Amino acid sequence: MAELKVSGITFAYEETPVLKDVNVELHEHELVSILGASGCGKTTLFHIISGLHKPRQGKVMLNGKDITGCPGQISYMMQKDLLLPYRTIQDNVSLPLVLKGESKRKAREKVSLYFEEFGLEGTQKKYPRQLSGGMRQRAALLRTYMFSRDVALLDEPFSALDTLTKSEMHRWYLDVMDKIHLSTLFITHDIDEAILLSDRIYLLTGKPGRVTEEIIIKEPKPRKREFNLTEEFLGYKRRILERL
Amino acid sequence: MKRKLPNITSKLLPVADVFLLLMIWQTASSAGVIPGFLLPSPLEVSAAFAEDFPLLMDNARVTLLEAFIGLAAGILIGFVTAVLMDCFEWLYRAVYPLIVLTQTVPTVAIAPLLVLWFGYEMLPKVILIVIVTFFPITVSLLDGFRASDKDTISLLRSMGASKAQIFRYVKFPGALGAFFASLRISVSYAVVGAVISEWLGGFSGLGVYMTRVKKAFSFDKMFAVIFLISAISLILMWGVNVLQKVSMPWEEEDR
Repeated sequence: MAELKVSGITFAYEETPVLKDVNVELHEHELVSILGASGCGKTTLFHIISGLHKPRQGKVMLNGKDITGCPGQISYMMQKDLLLPYRTIQDNVSLPLVLKGESKRKAREKVSLYFEEFGLEGTQKKYPRQLSGGMRQRAALLRTYMFSRDVALLDEPFSALDTLTKSEMHRWYLDVMDKIHLSTLFITHDIDEAILLSDRIYLLTGKPGRVTEEIIIKEPKPRKREFNLTEEFLGYKRRILERL
Repeated sequence: MKRKLPNITSKLLPVADVFLLLMIWQTASSAGVIPGFLLPSPLEVSAAFAEDFPLLMDNARVTLLEAFIGLAAGILIGFVTAVLMDCFEWLYRAVYPLIVLTQTVPTVAIAPLLVLWFGYEMLPKVILIVIVTFFPITVSLLDGFRASDKDTISLLRSMGASKAQIFRYVKFPGALGAFFASLRISVSYAVVGAVISEWLGGFSGLGVYMTRVKKAFSFDKMFAVIFLISAISLILMWGVNVLQKVSMPWEEEDR
């Protein structure tokens, strides 16, 4: 059963076409990447799926329900961590619950159960600027997860991190995903990252952007750290580089 | 370690400055360089201050009360105006130039008119203080609201936040820093505004006291009240700083 089904999305900013007939599907517990160069409309696509933009044409269906242009249904983590500097980490993370009408105390209780799992223990009462980039990203991801357990959109969540932190975050991410079973749609322009993390990859290319290829990564999960040194990995990479 | 030293010096420096200035002034007066009837020496001023202390305190109470009521009303009006202008673009376009216009009218010119219209009691003073204090509050809050991060607002919208929630969780806390900056200005405006409006008509207050001692050519008392007004403003500004530290704990340096 498909959880998220995005079909025939066409979008333009005034007269500039950005997306043309984009179809994307995300099944339960899947991690699907949308890979493409900068400026091909990846973020716009996420704005449409999250309901922030209305598409010219096309539909966004979540579990069989039409949610086109309705924000507040799908978790969305943007490129920057966007943690509110004036709220402690626990209050940042519990924000989605508070927005849904939960009391501050109850929301704090609920989120506190996840701090250890996300490797954030001890940061509850700290402010975002007291945390490293990697930790902030974890907190932002936990906040995304607190909003909804179904589907999450992640827009280049690790792109602002340095290479070492990034590969550490990849390992951490695969580890966490193994435990919490989130269905994730993931934007990236990093080919290695896409192959390492995804079950499937959509290549989004051209202007206006359209899905030109769907690549299935067969490597079973959880994946080993050495996966990106194997022949299979290079095979996928070669294939993607040819198409981009 | 290196940073601590200049910090202490920078705090002591203004105190040393003032002290040095007073010393020079006192020496000049004692040596007879400055004639006493033109400029009383600091010691004479202190003596005058001690002599009139109960009277000064009574008048200060009135002035402070006016300043507080005016400032509170100014903050309230400034806040409401800023929120409304942030919500409705047409209101911003319509009202903003008008608000700027109110600031081009000299305070001293409208104060007597306010006295004519509203009498010698507290009302005209409060109105004048509102006029001078709400402007910095409105402008800084409005700028604070408008400077809020577009992506953060999008993020909250994607979480299904209402306009009111976006205001409460993003715009308002984001504007707090600017608000306190303007409050520091408004606090001193409020005190000065109260004094000016008392000059031009009233029964009590530091401004009234000032006009009386001026007419009696008691320059020592005149300076005593000037110092008192400065001290009050400084204490109030310090109070705003404390309030800011308490209400914005995330700004503390505690790495």
